[in-house]
Amino acid sequence: MTLIGDRQQLSYIAAQAADARVNVELETEGMTLNIGPQHPATHGTLRIIARLDGEQVVWAEPSAGYMHRGYEKLTEVRTFPQVTALVNRIDWLGSFANEVPFILAAEKLMGVEATPRAQHIRTILFELSRIANVSLFLGDLGVQLGAVTPVFFAFRDREYVLNLIEAATGGRFHPNFDRIGGLKDDLPAGFIDETRSVMKKLRNFCDEIENLLFGNEIFQSRTRGIGVIPKEVALQYGLSGANLRASGVDWDLRRDQKIAMAWDKADWKVITHPDGDSFARCWVRLQEVRESTRIVDQLLDTIPGGPVMVKVPKIIKVPEGEAWVSTENPLGEMGYYVVSKNDQGPFRVKIRSASFNNISIVPWLLKGVYVPDIITILASLYFILGDIDR
Amino acid sequence: MGLVDRGRLPKPLTTLFNMGRSYSMWVYQWGLACCAIEMGAAFGSPRYDVMRLGVIPLPASPRQADLVVISGTVTDKMAPAIKRLYEQMPEPKYVISMGSCANCGGPYWDSYSVTKGVDQIIPVDVYVPGCPPRPEALLEGIVLLQQRIKNEDMGARWRGEGTVPMSAVDGESAERGGVPVVAG
Repeated sequence: MTLIGDRQQLSYIAAQAADARVNVELETEGMTLNIGPQHPATHGTLRIIARLDGEQVVWAEPSAGYMHRGYEKLTEVRTFPQVTALVNRIDWLGSFANEVPFILAAEKLMGVEATPRAQHIRTILFELSRIANVSLFLGDLGVQLGAVTPVFFAFRDREYVLNLIEAATGGRFHPNFDRIGGLKDDLPAGFIDETRSVMKKLRNFCDEIENLLFGNEIFQSRTRGIGVIPKEVALQYGLSGANLRASGVDWDLRRDQKIAMAWDKADWKVITHPDGDSFARCWVRLQEVRESTRIVDQLLDTIPGGPVMVKVPKIIKVPEGEAWVSTENPLGEMGYYVVSKNDQGPFRVKIRSASFNNISIVPWLLKGVYVPDIITILASLYFILGDIDR
Repeated sequence: MGLVDRGRLPKPLTTLFNMGRSYSMWVYQWGLACCAIEMGAAFGSPRYDVMRLGVIPLPASPRQADLVVISGTVTDKMAPAIKRLYEQMPEPKYVISMGSCANCGGPYWDSYSVTKGVDQIIPVDVYVPGCPPRPEALLEGIVLLQQRIKNEDMGARWRGEGTVPMSAVDGESAERGGVPVVAG
């Protein structure tokens, strides 16, 4: 028999009583609540339509498409090198990570493989963009719950990572650095030492956020046991990334998949959490930032020598064929299905973005929750609008 | 404010009002796409601290705002909502268009779903180019807007003539008249 604390028991009774009141005493007329498309708490332009019974949601539906920019169609009129400039705007917080699967798919079709040095640097930049992405999530999480302080910490430390990416690639946000067959340039002088010191700062940031936010009693009571996704449901809805790992599924494409990247050269572990609630999703992401800093630190020690680019023709023509490559992006599994017809540009590209599948669970998940929890649950699911609408 | 109604305001008073307006701008932010993050870095981060310029970010509603920063891609589905919220802002109101997408469509110039420039829907005062512009560029855009407000004829705006410079104090901006400024 499990022991339940007095406080937990009281809150359970209070919740039951509240439910009973809503159902019996306050037979309210249904109300439809529209959140968005412009709302300070939905980062981006997602619109949620929720039908309420008193304080409880009985039906909710996300309405996407306010940021639809037509990537899949645009790729058909761009050449292969031009597509990278387009696709790194899909998930705008971790831009470099968007280029990698597309370039890998093109390389697979062409039958070339990047040099070991290029693979190493790609992995480092991939993890840096993951850190830049998730560190902003950790700050933004506080804002969604009404605590504004963490976002200042997040923006402060994120700038260091952006400076690193800018030093290496020339772009703060959209690097457009990946080329078919390697990378545009080698790393700049002093990058390795600078990165080491920044990774130390980021680990301090993680400790700060853990003390400031995750240890906070209000934060815990707003997120623990809220928005629980069981393992089976998570798999049914095709969740990926930290949302799936927070439901206790040990799944990470970086480890499970054999692709031409350098994750297997580092010693790191996949973080999972058995609970599946909002807290678990946030906690898993925080730990993943820590793991990412560890991966970067280890890879910096072992960068092999040699060129960063293999010989490819000046005008790239990709032979006929179809290829699917997906990687574990900051938001989850992101993949490209590229169809080529022996032309300079792709014939068709299907983009599988993580957020689109992750918010498909929203109608199921929001059923029965209270209105203030809508925002918490959406924040913990963590989506980027460009990644949903593409 | 009978003086303003008649469209005649003594110049010293205008100068005083303009100074007050330019240093207490409430910004309603339209975080649309990638630029929203850079705007967040400019407005919400300790490094670029926008409040030192006399700009107050994050009002609760467009009805309290003087300035709106359109940051990111405007799609055809989003455009009616933008127009509606812009119309809810009280006069005098100003618009900064941030980033290539809001200026002209940017990388999506040939996309079927993107509005090629927010100036097709609402009038723009300052364009900030870049994809996305650095936070410093947005701050420069705000400084340019403040210069324009300081030199504005309030009577003309009240009569609905738009942004008309008060005098030729700043030769360049007087020459431009109501034409939008481009930062950078």
